[in-house]
Amino acid sequence: MEKKHLSIPFDTAEARELHIGDYVYLTGIIYSARDAAHQRMQEALDRGEELPFPVKGSVIYYMGPTPARPGRPIGSAGPTTASRMDKYTPQLLDLGMAAMVGKGRRSPAVLEAVVRNNAVYFAAVGGAGAVLSHAIRSAEVIAYPDLGPEAIHRLEVVDFPVIVVADAHGGDLYTSAVEQYRKKD
Amino acid sequence: MREVDVSQITAAIRDMCIESTHTLSPDMEAAFTKTVEEEGSPLGKLVMDQLQENLRLARAEQIPICQDTGMAVIFLRLGQEVHLTGGNLAAAVDEGVRQGYNQGYLRKSVVGDPIERVNTGDNTPAVLHCEIVPGDQVEITVAPKGFGSENMSRIYMLKPADGLEGVKNAILSAVAEAGPNACPPMVVGVGIGGTFEKCALMAKHALTRDLREKSPIPYVRELEQEMLEKINGLGIGPGGLGGTTTAMAVNIETYPTHIAGLPVAVNICCHVNRHARRVL
Ligand code: SF4
Repeated sequence: MEKKHLSIPFDTAEARELHIGDYVYLTGIIYSARDAAHQRMQEALDRGEELPFPVKGSVIYYMGPTPARPGRPIGSAGPTTASRMDKYTPQLLDLGMAAMVGKGRRSPAVLEAVVRNNAVYFAAVGGAGAVLSHAIRSAEVIAYPDLGPEAIHRLEVVDFPVIVVADAHGGDLYTSAVEQYRKKD
Repeated sequence: MREVDVSQITAAIRDMCIESTHTLSPDMEAAFTKTVEEEGSPLGKLVMDQLQENLRLARAEQIPICQDTGMAVIFLRLGQEVHLTGGNLAAAVDEGVRQGYNQGYLRKSVVGDPIERVNTGDNTPAVLHCEIVPGDQVEITVAPKGFGSENMSRIYMLKPADGLEGVKNAILSAVAEAGPNACPPMVVGVGIGGTFEKCALMAKHALTRDLREKSPIPYVRELEQEMLEKINGLGIGPGGLGGTTTAMAVNIETYPTHIAGLPVAVNICCHVNRHARRVL
């Protein structure tokens, strides 16, 4: 297993160097968005409007945090299930989104869009919200504040730990790794 | 008749909402330690190390173990000799949830209507299950349930002819389908028998049983062990990234059922299997 450091933004050549199973530390700006925010972004796109952040080269984190205690940038901040965003993802990838961070399997349409756009799908460890919050240095709500935990946050992360689960070469770790450890009877 | 003021129930629920979302029970912590030692995949081990560090940080710095602090499921066993005073029980329970989720900086994840979907802002209402039992005590279990794993839970109305094999297949297929979405290593709660709703409730309740305790019924105890081994043979592993630990325990409850049926419910919980219990 290879450990790597990656700065955001990164280009497609760097994305192509990532392979499933790589353990990657991300540093830079990422944006949180989950179900309700995706729905609003889709509606904005349908109306021909701009998204609340520059989608080209962006990294979206499927996450809705707990409220921050006083003096902390954010509360617990682990990934939510990515498949609920599958419906919206191919279009965002085609618009230039570079990567997403979540947990769980994706649809074939998302995996194809990852390959087509030289993008990458990272998993963060589900249920590790306390550890992951330590890699988030600042958090600011930049859109849809009425959605509470589902608002879009701009997050500054330093060495945020993720694992490549789908890469630009068509690899899908959730399928291949499980196959490797499955007991055949 | 013993009098219990419902404000005591409010206070206990408030405290348990906060406690259960920051600290796992000793049986869960023991299961974690065992998994870290036994996991056979290098990436799986790394995931388990991260999860153990997560538990340590959550406790030390009072950051919730997981950002999905769940919908508050509450089991209340009310002694029939208890006279509740001071107000409405359901309101007192919701007040405990409201205070716990606000004072504990927990995420409010409840919408007031399943279709209109406006957040209630305080994580109420709770899902309250009351049972009247002999005695003069009030036993309260608070089990905040995350929905990554709740969404992967299943109910199967099997036929009597499907038998034990049918039950095994049902459990295995629910877990296989859940895979990485349910944040493995999981705890699997199973209800067998009863009616449609009874078996679902048993599956939920089974998740609150101490993982070190086994079923008192010999064939069920064997089934728990066999299913745990089969589930771990699926290869899903910690985080769903492949490995030898997919579940930490399978807890099964059973109940008599109808001559025509064999209901099976599989309630899947992630490794953040939260529950706190108190007796008033
Ligand atoms: S399934 Fe459990 S560990 Fe995973 S995000 Fe939900 S509550 Fe957290």
